[in-house]
Order: sequence, then C-alpha cells, then structure tokens
Amino acid sequence: MTWHATLYIALVLALVLGAAFPLGTWLARVFDGTADFLAPVERGIYRLCGIDPNEKMGWRGYALALLALSVVHFLLLYAILRLQYWLPFNPEHIPGMPPGLAFNTAASFTTNTNWQAYTPESQISDGAQMFGLTVHMFISAAAGIAVAAALMRAFAAGRIAVLGNLYVDIVRITLYVLLPISLVAAVLLLAGGVPMTLAGFAHVHTLTGGTQTIARGPVALQEAIKELGTNGGGFFNANSAHPFENPNAWTNLLEIWLILVIGFALPIAFGRMVGRARDGVALFAAMAVILAVAMFGGYAAEAANNPVLVHAGLAAAPGNMVGKEVRFGIVQSTSFNVAATATSCGAVNSFLDSYTPLGGLVSLFLMQLGEVAPGGVGSGFAGMILFALLAVFVAGLMVGRTPEYLGKKIESREIKLAMLAVLIQTLFILLGAGASLLTKSGLGSLASGGPHGLSEMLYGWTSATENNGSAFAGLAANTALLNYGLGFAMLAGRFAVLIPVLAIGGSLAAKPVLPRSAGSFPTDGLLFVSLLIGVVVVLGGLQFMPADTLGPLAEQTLMHAGKLF
Amino acid sequence: MTSKAETISLFDRAILTRAARDAVVKLNPMTLARNPVIFTTEVIAALVSLDATHAALLHRPAAFAAVIAVWLWITVLFATFAEAVAEGRGRVRADALRQARTDTVAKLIVDRAEPHIYKPTRASDLRRGDLVFVEAGDLIPSDGEIVEGIASVNESAITGESAPVIREAGGDRSAVTGGTQLVSDWLVIRVAADPGATFLDRMIALVEGAERRKTPNEIALDILLAGLTLIFVIAIATLPMLAGYGGTHLSIAVLAALFVCLIPTTIGGLLSAIGIAGMDRLIRFNVVATSGRAVEAAGDVDALLLDKTGTITFGNRMASAIYPVPGVAEPTLAEAARLASLGDDTPEGRSILALVRDRYGLDPSARPAGTVVPFTATTRVSGFDADGVAWRKGAVDSVLALIAGPPQAGFTETIDRIARAGSTPLAVCRDRTLLGAIELKDIVKPGIRARFDALRRMGIRTVMVTGDNRVTAAAIAAEAGVDDVIAEATPQDKLAYIRRAQTEGRLVAMCGDGTNDAPALAQADVGVAMQTGTQAAREAGNMVDLDSDPTKLIEIVEIGKQLLITRGALTTFSIANDISKYFAILPAIFVATYPGLQSLNVMRLATPESAILSAVIFNALIIVALVPLALRGVRFRPVGAAALLRRNLLIYGLGGIVAPFLGIKAIDMILSALHIFT
Repeated sequence: MTWHATLYIALVLALVLGAAFPLGTWLARVFDGTADFLAPVERGIYRLCGIDPNEKMGWRGYALALLALSVVHFLLLYAILRLQYWLPFNPEHIPGMPPGLAFNTAASFTTNTNWQAYTPESQISDGAQMFGLTVHMFISAAAGIAVAAALMRAFAAGRIAVLGNLYVDIVRITLYVLLPISLVAAVLLLAGGVPMTLAGFAHVHTLTGGTQTIARGPVALQEAIKELGTNGGGFFNANSAHPFENPNAWTNLLEIWLILVIGFALPIAFGRMVGRARDGVALFAAMAVILAVAMFGGYAAEAANNPVLVHAGLAAAPGNMVGKEVRFGIVQSTSFNVAATATSCGAVNSFLDSYTPLGGLVSLFLMQLGEVAPGGVGSGFAGMILFALLAVFVAGLMVGRTPEYLGKKIESREIKLAMLAVLIQTLFILLGAGASLLTKSGLGSLASGGPHGLSEMLYGWTSATENNGSAFAGLAANTALLNYGLGFAMLAGRFAVLIPVLAIGGSLAAKPVLPRSAGSFPTDGLLFVSLLIGVVVVLGGLQFMPADTLGPLAEQTLMHAGKLF
Repeated sequence: MTSKAETISLFDRAILTRAARDAVVKLNPMTLARNPVIFTTEVIAALVSLDATHAALLHRPAAFAAVIAVWLWITVLFATFAEAVAEGRGRVRADALRQARTDTVAKLIVDRAEPHIYKPTRASDLRRGDLVFVEAGDLIPSDGEIVEGIASVNESAITGESAPVIREAGGDRSAVTGGTQLVSDWLVIRVAADPGATFLDRMIALVEGAERRKTPNEIALDILLAGLTLIFVIAIATLPMLAGYGGTHLSIAVLAALFVCLIPTTIGGLLSAIGIAGMDRLIRFNVVATSGRAVEAAGDVDALLLDKTGTITFGNRMASAIYPVPGVAEPTLAEAARLASLGDDTPEGRSILALVRDRYGLDPSARPAGTVVPFTATTRVSGFDADGVAWRKGAVDSVLALIAGPPQAGFTETIDRIARAGSTPLAVCRDRTLLGAIELKDIVKPGIRARFDALRRMGIRTVMVTGDNRVTAAAIAAEAGVDDVIAEATPQDKLAYIRRAQTEGRLVAMCGDGTNDAPALAQADVGVAMQTGTQAAREAGNMVDLDSDPTKLIEIVEIGKQLLITRGALTTFSIANDISKYFAILPAIFVATYPGLQSLNVMRLATPESAILSAVIFNALIIVALVPLALRGVRFRPVGAAALLRRNLLIYGLGGIVAPFLGIKAIDMILSALHIFT
C-alpha cells in the first residue's frame, strides 16, 4: 500500500462522502416536493404526457406504473434496435440488431443493467445510442431513485396508504437531479477531451500513408449519465478504458465521483425524510465502510505482483498492470472498477479478466452482496433497507422487544418479501452459472479454462442478476443461451427486488410510527453499523462462498502454485 | 424473581426419560412438518441413510455416509428432544392441576326461591347459567359467580397458597373457581363455564402446550428460517454443477453435511422449546397467560398502568409525624395522641401508636384508668376520658368543632402543608384545647422508585391510577417516581387513557380485578386479571395472576422480554455459526481438486473426512448444549436497549462466530485421537 494509493483512495472517498450530504438534503427536497423552481417546466411536461400530478398511488399503483413504464420502454427500445437501419442518425449505416441480441440489450437498458452483449462501434447507430440508450439511462435511473423515494415516504409517516406518484417522481428526479448534474458533468468531460459529435466516424490518413477510421459520436452526455445513473453502458466497446470516454486522470476521478455520489446521498436524504438524520448516517456509514474495505482490498490485490510473472522475470513494474491503461495505473483502475461494482454501474476502465483472482473476487463479491455499498441509484438504497430490516429482525429481539425499524414493526409480511428478493437473486446467479456450465454453448462462451472460466461465467450471471453490467471480458456473451438467459436474469434481478421493496413500502406505510424510547432497538450508532455490515456479509454473501471458492479462490491458490489461465 | 411454585430441576430424571421417548415419537414427518428447518434435516437424513444403504448393498465404501447419516438423525432427535423436555416440564404442572379436577357431584338448585333444595348432578353435566349450592367441605364444581352468601375458600389447588380467602356475593370478590374447596359457610353460585371450558381446563391445556399456537413473531421467524433454508438449498443444489465443471465429484453425504451445517438447525431446533419455556416460566411465577401472543406483547409493553393502592403504596395510610401547635411540647402532643388513639382499632389508629412508641418511647399498651371512646365512622373521632379530661383525635373538621374558638396561628398552615404533601392530616385536642396535628402518610413501598427507574431505562413509562384528588396524587407520584398520573380516576378514564396511548402506537399493560375494570382489561394489550377478581375481569384479561399481586405486572414484562431476548440471542448465535462451518467444510471438499485451498483450512483439521464429520457433530451437539439456556432463558437486565444489545451481540453474535471454531477443532482433535477417519 503506497502513500500515493492511500491518498488517492482517501481523496475519492472524501470527495464522494462530502458531496453526499448537500446532495442528500437536496434530494429530500425533490422527494417531498419543496424544490419547485422548475414548476412551469414540470407542468408543461405533465400536460404534454397527460400525467395527472395530483394522482396518488398506493404501492400497487406505483408498482403497476413501474411495470407498465418498463414494458413500454422495453418494447420501444427493442423496436429501435431492430429497426435502427431505417431510423435517422445512422451515418455508418449500421444494420438492425438480431432478435436475441435486441432482446438482451432492451432488457439490459430497461433494467439499468447496461450489460453489453453487442459491440457498440459496429452494432448500434448514433440515433439508437441517443434516443434508445441514453434516454433509458435517464429513465431507468430515475425510476430506481423513485422507488427509493417511495420507500422513504413509507417510513416517514404513519398509517398512510399513498407512496407518491411514479410519473411525477421520475419527472422531478430527472429535472432537478439527473439532468443538471449530467449537463455540468458533460461539459467538464468535454473540457477533459471527450467528444460530442454527430458527424460520424473520422476517416484519417496516417503519417505512414495508410487510412484509419476513428469511431466517435455523441459521447460526452451519454458518458455523464452512464456514470451518474449507475448505468455503465459504454459508447465504445472498451467502455471507460477508451480514451474518448475517459481521456485522463481528471475525467477518471470525475467519473468515479459521478458513479458513487447519488448512492451515498440517498441514505442522507432518507435521514432527512424520516426526521432521524443519525439513522440515515448509519446506513451511509455501513455503505462507506464496505466500499472503503473493497477499495483498499482491491488495490492491495492488484498491487501484489503476479508470482508467475515475477518468477519468469516478466514483471516489468511493481503490481499487476496487465489489462490496465498506463495513463491510469493501478490505483485509479482498481478504484474505478470497485466503484462500478459496488454500485450497479458496471463501467470499467481496465479489464477484470486480467485482474488477479483476488482482485476480480472483490468486484464479484461486491455484486453478490446485492450491490448495497452504495449500490445502484435507488436499488442500492432499497437493498440496504432490506438488509437493515433483516438485521433488526434477527438481532432486534435481543433487546427484549419484537423487532421494529424506525418505529415500524417488522412482521411476517416484510420478512417474506425481503427473503423473496434475496432468494431470487441467489437462484438466478447460482442456477444460471451452474446450468450454463453444463451446456455446450455455455462452455463455448468461456475464453479460459479451469477456475478462471468458472469465474467468467459466475461473474456474467452475477453481473446480469444484480443489474451491474460489467463483465469479465473473456466471456463471449452474444449467444442464444446467454442473450436470453441473462436477459431474463436482468429482468428478474430488477423487478423481483423493486416490486417486493414497494410491497414492503406499502405494508410499512400502513403501520403507525411507534414512539422511540430507551427500550427501542438503537439503529443509529456504531453498534448498528457493525451489525448491519455483518448481516450484509452473512445473509447477502455467504451463500456464494462455495461458488467463489471454486472460482477466484481456487485460481488464486493455483496462481501461487505457478499455474495461470 | 421469586417463585412460589416448586421449581423443577433442569435435569429431572423422570422428565428426561419421558422426553427421550417423546423425541422419537416426534420424528413423525407429519408433525415435524410444522418446523421447516428440522423437517428438511429429517428429509436429508433419510436421503443419506438410503445412499449409505445403497452403497453398502453394492459393496462400495459406505462407512462415511453411514456415520454422517447417524449424526444427521441425532441432530433431528436433539431438536425434537429439546421440545419434548420443554413440554415435559409443563406436563408435571398439568398433572398436579388435573388432580383438582376430580369429577364431583354438584348440588343443582332447581328453584331459586328454595336454595337448600337441590338435585345431585355430576359436575360435568353443569351448563353455563345453572345455579348450584355449595357448603363447607364441598369442592366447588365449576367456575362461577357468587349469587348469594359469603364463605372462605381454599384455593390452594390453583394458586398453591393454602390460607383460605373470603369470597362473597357482589363486589370484586365474587368469582369462584372450579376445583377449589369451601372451608366454611355456604354459597349459591351461578355456573359461568360449560364443561371443558373452565379455568382449570384452560389452564391444563395451556400448561401442556396443547393449545400452543405460533405467535406472530415466531411465524415471522419461521419464514426467515425457511427462507434461509431455501437459499442454502439453491447454493448446495447448484454446487455439483459448478464443482463438476472443475472435475470435482461431490458425494451425497458431503453435500448433505454442508447443507445441514449451513441451515439454521440450532434455532430451528430450539425455537418451540423457547416459546414453551417462556410460558412455563410465567406459570411457575403463578401467572397464567391465555396465549403466547400475550407473553410476547408483555415484552413490547411501553406503559404500565398501576393502581396506587396496594401496588405503589401500602394499602393503608400510616402516621409519619406529629406537629404541635405553638406553646405545646412535642411529648405532650405525643402522649395525647397515644391516649386518644387507644380507641381506634383501624390500621391508621394502630400506626399512631406505633409512631409514638418508636419516636417517643411511649408504651402503647400502658392504659391508665378511664374510658376509651372508640372510633366510629359517624363521629370520625376516637378518644379517651379520664379524671374529667377528654382526649380526642380525628378528622380535622370534626376536632375543630370540639374546640373553643378558632385554631391557633400556624395550625391551618400545618394542615395545608400536610395536604399538599399528599398526606392526610388529623387533629388532636385535650378538652377544648387544640394540641396539634398528626400526619397520616400514604407510604410508598420501599424500593418501588428504583424499580420504576429500571423500567424507565427499559423505555417503559409507569402510570399511577388513583381515586385520590390531584394534589394528593401528584405528591405520591413525585415520591414514587412515576411518569404520569391519572387522578380521580374512573374506570372510563382508564379505558380512555389506554385507547389514547394505543393510537400513539404504545402498548399498554394493566391489572385489575373489578367488573368495571373489564373493558379496560380487554382493551389493554396485556390485561392481568387478579385470581380474586370477578369472573368478568378474569374473562376480559389475557392473563390471570393466581397470587392476585398487582406488583407482578413488572415481572410479567420482564418474563416477556426474557422470552424475546432468548429467541433473538439463539437466532443470532445460530446464523453466526455458519462462518466457521464454511472454513471447516469448503477446503475439505475441494482440497482434492485444488490442493492450494488447504490454506483455507485455518483450523488445521486433520483430514477432509474428519473436518466434515466434526462440523456435523458440532452442529448436533450445540443444540443439546443450548437446551438449558433455551429453557432457563437469557437473563434480562434492565439497563436500556443500547447496553443490552451491546452485551448480547458480543456474547451471542461474536460468540456465535468464535465458538464453533473452537468446538469443531476440539471434536476434530478427539476424532484424531480415536483414529476415526484419520
């Protein structure tokens, strides 16, 4: 652990955590309706879209609206991808996507996953990028945050039936949070050297007299919302390792900040919404501790030399630089990838396939935990609340009262729904990866053998189910098995969590807020933070231990025994 | 916490023998299906048994699978044994109660006008509303309300208390319980329960656990445990696919061992025992709850409604000080008070004699020649006449009426000060001369303030209910340290207070005995009716205190909390155990394929087989090792939630992580020493 690396990670954490407080306060104002300086614009949008801003939705209404919106967007995106050849803004005349790939891509962007089985430069037009993908990056992110807002309202009041209005929430979150920050960030990225153009690919003559085609397009805005909305779908196949997406150390730092900032602002907003700031900070702290451990751990794993290369006299520089951009080095690469897998972002600026097994395990395990540190925008917060409910339920009895969180009793219904969410995620990850490895097609997708191949497959299913979208680049994902399998995993991972979360919200909202007393379970101190981290690891992660042992852990021991994959 | 009823040893031979037999009966899958975790374990145990048998029949190595199968069966047996022991302890108590339910012949009154003419009828044929006649020596045939008469009743069959109690028609002492015995006089009783539904029947059913239903919290916990089990079903069922890719073949025995170690068998096996033991603790404390739900609610209570008299203060007011008027010496007043109180046999009068004896050394029995004027309710004065001098003591206005002229300066101030302090003033005079005042104080029970402080630290508010006026009530409240007061309380006030607290989301406990308490008892989340109370009160409450001691409300809350804490502690312990089991089993099952994984074998367990077996054995033994804790309960300390959580999380959370590392290592060392699978 060098001073440079320690300082860099500390700087990243300080910038993110520091900004989370003011942004969280602002989010609370957006959620409760007190932020209204764009009211005329809002009204215009409502009129245009036929939204009745006064319509109040219970949890069922909210969930149905979410599903309806997602279905419509899914179909729209599917149509755009299939028909892109005939649609405008297609300077390179890219043909329409085949059905399996279009299904996978539509599921991927509707669910905020941004798993990219396609190759952007050759398989998607500028128009589809902007109107298909970038729009979804806003909408799916706003929908996730809206669900978090609905959940917060359920805690904030007693005996209510209404969680808000999904459409109003999405419009307000986009207008007051996502668009302004994205625009500023896009300008900063432009200044850093990221292109924004509709002029098509550049065809240049090189000094040696040859010709070269340089892919480019409307990158800057997509790049901003790609990180801010924890989407992760790169304009280019190389994602944030591409110099047009992420040219230098400054843009890299900005992108890491964008990935993390809303995730950390949400628990702060929650504390404000329920009038218990310290309880919000406790969730925030649990997220921060897990993230910090992962950042330092991820760096330590990559800073260690690959013993095989050292033995062969091939280790040029200290640490594992394979698959990393020289302009970033180790700590800027690991910090970026840890941020992207601690959230549902899944952008990469270096190639996980080439990480040491332990370095890859850090990212894999962060996703398996359910992406709660801080997780995808909205979904990460919701996941952390599920764990908080489980933590209070398991340990809460130990103070001699039936469990309650923030004055709301936790009973059978909440536990049933929370366990359902954990169960479905576990099912898709383990059964998906296990079953794929039994098929010829699945084995054919692997780029490597041995435990590394297992890691690639396990990582793919984990990434899809947890709506992350990052990949161990070795996996050839554009097959029927993986296009459809992972597509369904993404849909299940998204809606089998968000809908139970809304149902829990509905159930909690109807309950009275019990007054806090000296006998109440304390949920705002160091003790609760430690308990919560323990529950996230034990209930969220341990079931993957056997699988992870067969993948990254086995590979790590083989690497030390001199065997590489 | 004291218990009047006999305590049953944790290691009672008879109970354990019977429990061992019951444990085998409980293996019946139909009944075990109620418990998802243990039921799953049984299915797995059967599966591994079949696998081992199959291997043996084919002359393949079957020893390891057989040993694993045996230990899985032992795991299931230990779980059923835990429940059987808990039930056995209740059964001892039920058998004692059953002896009181011998079928007696009742004297059924045919004509109300002629209560002494009756038709002999079997008690089991009595119906609700029948009138029966009972006289000295008879067993009361069924629960009922006294219509006529007054008698003393020996209720030891129910309460264990042998001193007879008075029961009379009307008022709050009109209920009688079937199975108790009339010691003197006679009664006419209206039967209040149909056969099989009497208090005694209900109590036997409750004690035996026959009526045991899962409480809401137990149901929620069951869902969590079933959910965890399902998660591990997925994790273990997919493992052969993932392992097969790398060329590792996993046997059924190994997968079963890993699975059973990971699912929460510890809490799954002990959950129902904890619930039964909680009810049993309450019963040993002479309180009968009509449902486990009531016990759980007791742990959740935020406010206690306590009657002032008898709970917070001693029933009677007692003399605490005397205040002479100017010009009168204190000993003079003391002697006058003594003489004037000789004729007062009320507890107040006796307390004056006690005060002057203790404070001024005056012998209460020294009685000069003269006439004692006894205290009566009409004069409200008692006194003593000798040698033409008349000493009088009594209510202030009554005494002032006797003296000449207005009272001396300072006397009125003294009286006001006494009243403001919540005490009752009395005046003393000699002939027509006012001598001074006596302060009769409502004496707050010693130690009650500390208990209220403890309750406050637990987050429970205490509310004093009294018929006293506000001034008096406020003074007592301040002295006792309660959080709130309902003064000049009517039964409607109590009900209104409970409803208001409940709309704020608070849970309220109260106790009561009168018929007019019934609505409030029914409304309260925990309503403890006194066994001496009316039938209406006993039916309205969800608990009955056989000792009729209202202070026990506080212990009832503690027993409720203890139940919840025990459940939470063992759940946390059980789940925390998993971490070590991964470290024991994962390297063991994969080390053949990936020798490097030996580095995960942090416990340095001897061989893969011994590692797996050690984990399985630990998993079984921990259930039986924790049975005493499940039955006795984790001690509750009134230190506040934060401190309690810190302590329990350290013991059962951290302890749950560390203990199995040590336990599995120890078992592995024993297996090594015995050369089993090494």
